[in-house]
Amino acid sequence: MTADTLVKRNVSHGVFTLERTYPGVTPQRVFDAFASIEGKNGWFTAPNALWDIGERTMDFRIGGRERLVGNWKNGLVTEFDATYFDIIPGERIVYCYEMRLDGRKISVSLATFEIKAVPGGGAHLVHTEQGAFLDGYDDNGSREHGSREILDKLTAYLEG
Amino acid sequence: MAAANLDLTFQALADPTRRAMVERLSRGPASVSELAQPYAMSLPAIVQHLAVLEASGLVRSEKAGRVRTCRMEPAALSLAEQWFNQRRAEAEQRLDRLGEHLRRFPDGEPK
Repeated sequence: MTADTLVKRNVSHGVFTLERTYPGVTPQRVFDAFASIEGKNGWFTAPNALWDIGERTMDFRIGGRERLVGNWKNGLVTEFDATYFDIIPGERIVYCYEMRLDGRKISVSLATFEIKAVPGGGAHLVHTEQGAFLDGYDDNGSREHGSREILDKLTAYLEG
Repeated sequence: MAAANLDLTFQALADPTRRAMVERLSRGPASVSELAQPYAMSLPAIVQHLAVLEASGLVRSEKAGRVRTCRMEPAALSLAEQWFNQRRAEAEQRLDRLGEHLRRFPDGEPK
């Protein structure tokens, strides 16, 4: 069996947690930035030079779905499809989503956002992501990168 | 080759000697004694580090005659790279953009 065969049928599980403190805003304000297309346009789907937004829908309620198609200038098409599982206004959002890359399903993830008030003002956001990363990654390109560069990223991550 | 597994990958890379071994191998294959050369370490200790790297799928080795040659297994690194590049970095950037957005519009979305 070649390495390629293994990669094509591989599942990697990963977890990461990111934290941010946003001064001068309430937890409700942070929550609101997640709760509508208008809000998310300010950051999640912020326009940039690299992509155009294609299909875009959002039904922000438990059981509701969100879809975002990105048409990248390099020809890549990404699809984000989410279902909301838990919504507590001003406090918590949990959704599950799948990512597709040029039609290939590359990951299925659970994203949890917890928002808390910071004593003295501001909001603290904790984003935990648990993912199953599926076969179908295109390995081309990665192998051409210097391994050193990759290692630097890993090292930076591990040393946090 | 062990199936690429991020937990094992991170464990393997959490050690400076093993990171240095991987860096050496990223420049090209090497024998075990070549790998051991820069270190004031016994050959068995190096072999133990090598076993951890092999278990993680980052490195594979094969014996030809009396020489064991080690080389990088790019698949494991590339999966780890995909994970960082496409998910974590993206999430980091998004949360920073959220911070910028909240600074600009602390009272609500722009009308």
